[in-house]
Amino acid sequence: MAAYDVKPNEQVHPGKPVIVDRYTVGARINHWITAASLILLALSGLAMFHPSLFFLSRLFGGGQFTRFIHPWIGVLLFVSFLGLFLRFWKANLWRPEDGTWLARFRDVLSNHEDNVPEVGKYNAGQKLVFWSMSILIIILISSGVVIWQQYFAAYTTIGHQRIALLVHSIAAVAIIGVWIIHFYSAIWVRGTIPAMTRGRVTGGWAWRHHRKWLRELIAGKPNGRSGSNPAE
Amino acid sequence: MFPPLPNPSTTDTAPRFSDKDLIRRSASTVPAPEQQLTEVAKLIDVSKCIGCKACQTACIGWNDTHPEIGLNAGVYENPADLTPDMFTLMRYSEWDNPETNELEWLIRKDGCMHCADPGCLKACPAPGAIVQYSNGIVDFVHENCIGCGYCIKGCPFNIPRISKVDHTAYKCTLCSDRVAVGQGPACAKACPTQAIVFGTKDEMKQHADGRIKDLKSRGYSNAGLYDPPGVGGTHVMYVLHHADQPELYSGLPKEPKISPLVEAWKGVTKYAGLTILGVAAGVGLLHHLVMGPNRVSETDEEHAEELTEGKNDGRV
Ligand code: HEM
Ligand code: SF4
Ligand code: SF4
Ligand code: SF4
Repeated sequence: MAAYDVKPNEQVHPGKPVIVDRYTVGARINHWITAASLILLALSGLAMFHPSLFFLSRLFGGGQFTRFIHPWIGVLLFVSFLGLFLRFWKANLWRPEDGTWLARFRDVLSNHEDNVPEVGKYNAGQKLVFWSMSILIIILISSGVVIWQQYFAAYTTIGHQRIALLVHSIAAVAIIGVWIIHFYSAIWVRGTIPAMTRGRVTGGWAWRHHRKWLRELIAGKPNGRSGSNPAE
Repeated sequence: MFPPLPNPSTTDTAPRFSDKDLIRRSASTVPAPEQQLTEVAKLIDVSKCIGCKACQTACIGWNDTHPEIGLNAGVYENPADLTPDMFTLMRYSEWDNPETNELEWLIRKDGCMHCADPGCLKACPAPGAIVQYSNGIVDFVHENCIGCGYCIKGCPFNIPRISKVDHTAYKCTLCSDRVAVGQGPACAKACPTQAIVFGTKDEMKQHADGRIKDLKSRGYSNAGLYDPPGVGGTHVMYVLHHADQPELYSGLPKEPKISPLVEAWKGVTKYAGLTILGVAAGVGLLHHLVMGPNRVSETDEEHAEELTEGKNDGRV
């Protein structure tokens, strides 16, 4: 029986090194659309957030266009993230080992991963990033619509719009902070980026960081599908 | 009787104030001006207003706006609200005075108050889209406006309106272009009863004092000046017969001030926000310098190979 975080298309290819499939083409395209829109949103939003960052509006061809395009990119982000959410939510459900992993976070930070429990496709840190992004994007789109002057100003009171602006700017700071953690983890933990570029990681990477997932993948094979990918 | 505004001279007049006289500029800082201009003010005496809308018409004429032809909704207000093409609006309310049992028709000329502490300017994210001159005039600079509508949320009086045509914010300019050449506002010029007068802020307060005495002598014991300190005073002031209840005049706020939500958004959120993001990036960098990258080792790869082969033994 496949574990909660193992997808049928994730194959282990023996060799030196072993190669493990982690993301399908669809998941990768979906991820990069989300990533691009989040970064564009952060840049266009920050231009309006603080005068010292207003120069960022030049990237979008001026303040008027920055103001116009930001909410639309927000809509794109929402739809695109929804896709990621549907793909990934199950593998991000909280597991008993996640608590232990988190309690020994110091060991993770000091590159002593041997002392933490084996984890599945995602560790507790990745799961927290996933759920914070999910919640913050819901907060951002709901508050964003309320402050969307051009189309929605007539549907709420100015009092509500003031609350929404405050909420939106705080949530924006929070999501950019989460993004910094996400981005840093991807470069700090070497070998991670190919997961989202080429869709695959080495067996060593999986062994080191997601051993439970690797074991499940390998153990899953004889029971379910045969060793070779039926799609190949 | 206040001396009427002079007619314009036919010779060219150099503007009396310019960008050198700015004391505030949205999303930017300005050097302190060399000279402090005399503060100006418009005084609207609601007790003298007959609701004729000459001021509204004059405002449309001078500013060359083109309000849509509206619908008769069965009330005197026309249009129904301030719009990007209507910078000032006569608002009419009927009030049953419980003390006298008389119906009072309270008419107020709504429009920008030219606050000394303008919430619109505080909220505005676009450098130079809203400016304040040392004479007290708060003006919108359309070339710099991005149309975000933050000024609407910042204003305690619900004044600015965003045009659906050019997506910039509009409001009363206090006829800054006329005042700059020694003229008074078009609305004041047009008012047939001198309910609207214009001069220095001190003159206006003095004139108001006289009007308030007169009203008190005629039984309006609560007559007073509306120059709300919550926004640092305003450069458009009202003489009200019921100054203790400004809300009676179509919801004129009793103690207007910039909303604490706006203050928090423009204050602590910005500084704390940028600090948090800076620290987060800094901590990441520091961690990388101290701990270095987390690399997959040869042994990790070997373990993976063993695991894979052990399982797949003889099957691949
Ligand atoms: C998810 C859908 C989103 C919608 C509909 C949305 C909408 C808006 C709107 C309408 C504004 C006001 C300016 C304008 O009209 O363009 C705004 C401002 C802003 N947005 Fe968004 N937004 C969204 C997501 C995001 C995200 C993901 C971020 C951060 C990465 C973000 C960061 C900001 C910031 C920093 C501001 C400026 C707030 C301020 O001035 O204090 N937004 N947003
Ligand atoms: S809409 Fe208002 S707050 Fe926004 S840029 Fe224009 S003047 Fe400033
Ligand atoms: S009344 Fe509103 S728009 Fe006018 S100066 Fe005050 S805050 Fe700005
Ligand atoms: S001061 Fe000028 S812009 Fe303002 S209401 Fe009067 S006429 Fe209109």
